[in-house]
Amino acid sequence: MGAQLRVYKRRIKSVTATKKITKAMEMIAASRIVKAQRQVAASTPYATELTRAVTAVATGSNTKHPLTTEAESPVRAAVLLITSDRGLAGGYSANAIKAAEQLTARLKAEGKEVDSYIVGRKGVSYYGFRERKVTESWTGFTDSPTYADAKKVAGPLIAAVQQDTAEGGVDELHIVFTEFISMLTQTPVQNRLLPLSLETATAEENGAKTEILPLFDFEPSAEDVLDALLPRYVESRIYNALLQAAASKHAATRRAMKSATDNAGELIKSLSRLANAARQAEITQEISEIVGGASALADATAGSDK
Amino acid sequence: MAAELHVELVAADRQVWSGEATLVVARTTSGDIGVMPGHQPLLGVLESGPVTIRTSTPEGAGTVVVAVHGGFISFADNKLSLLAEIAELADEIDAQRAERALERAKSDSDAAAERRADVRLRAVAVR
Repeated sequence: MGAQLRVYKRRIKSVTATKKITKAMEMIAASRIVKAQRQVAASTPYATELTRAVTAVATGSNTKHPLTTEAESPVRAAVLLITSDRGLAGGYSANAIKAAEQLTARLKAEGKEVDSYIVGRKGVSYYGFRERKVTESWTGFTDSPTYADAKKVAGPLIAAVQQDTAEGGVDELHIVFTEFISMLTQTPVQNRLLPLSLETATAEENGAKTEILPLFDFEPSAEDVLDALLPRYVESRIYNALLQAAASKHAATRRAMKSATDNAGELIKSLSRLANAARQAEITQEISEIVGGASALADATAGSDK
Repeated sequence: MAAELHVELVAADRQVWSGEATLVVARTTSGDIGVMPGHQPLLGVLESGPVTIRTSTPEGAGTVVVAVHGGFISFADNKLSLLAEIAELADEIDAQRAERALERAKSDSDAAAERRADVRLRAVAVR
């Protein structure tokens, strides 16, 4: 076998192996999307009921709560950015980070300090490489987050919101995550979680909320209920964001791996064309060598016969 | 047939139970409360503990007991929602395992785990 042909054969073999791997990753991601989507659906009743309850308290009573009242001059905002632990997901993490950067720039332009909270190793390494300050970060659960993980993330955030701004607390809480719209579309979104704006909370219930909420009896009191309710609300929103981000990540991985598999297929096709051409060239050369050799031999014997 | 109210029992990650009931007894931070159809709109904070739901099926009355670990009760328009971070039906709870967990929590002096196991055992006892 000629040297050229051998090189092509070797490359085809290695690309085929890579293609097998990316194909497997694509299928794994596809099965995980379904699981993640199911989790999002399972967590929806809780989130809906909780939003309903929060709206009921906030509209049904005149309670002033630090988590619902807008600070007069907000000086510090917390931004929670949700990225993934692992790469191979196309622009998934990069897009979320870009959205967070935009939000940070906007908040800074409004004269607020920004505290960054990060979920996922990709975001942590992005900030670490640029030596930016990260207030707190969590890694290790982005593929399949549980409610306990959401609680872990929400804890310090709620504590920061409840703290006085002068002592390092924050006035606003923003969250940046990738919303799972469909298998093909996932877009990074920026949401303000706190202080709660009731219009957005109401609008989210798309029409179901047009009913007039009755006057509630609060047990033990409206303040206490709100005290207990709001942290749960934040937790459930963060949980929902984590689940959507996980589903989006798997969808992004599937798409990235699908195009990698397609590209590997293309590469194999063009490489085998080249290999065939090289083999054909080799055969042609051999034939012409044999023909040339034979005629030279014939010429030589014809001459000696004379 | 007695009047009924619709009950939705949801935990953070799943819907645990839903159906019609004639009476729901739960413990809020200010004491036990029983909710029957037509109750005044209510929103309360739940203590960890068993919640008893009296159901009425055509075959007869039944009881569903649930171990609820913190959460809320809200009632409006004859619809009762029980929201809990963790909720388990008493039938799902393995009493022996809960007892073992209680022993272990006591020896490790893990207050949270001890409380959890205690709530489970109380729910099983009510059943």
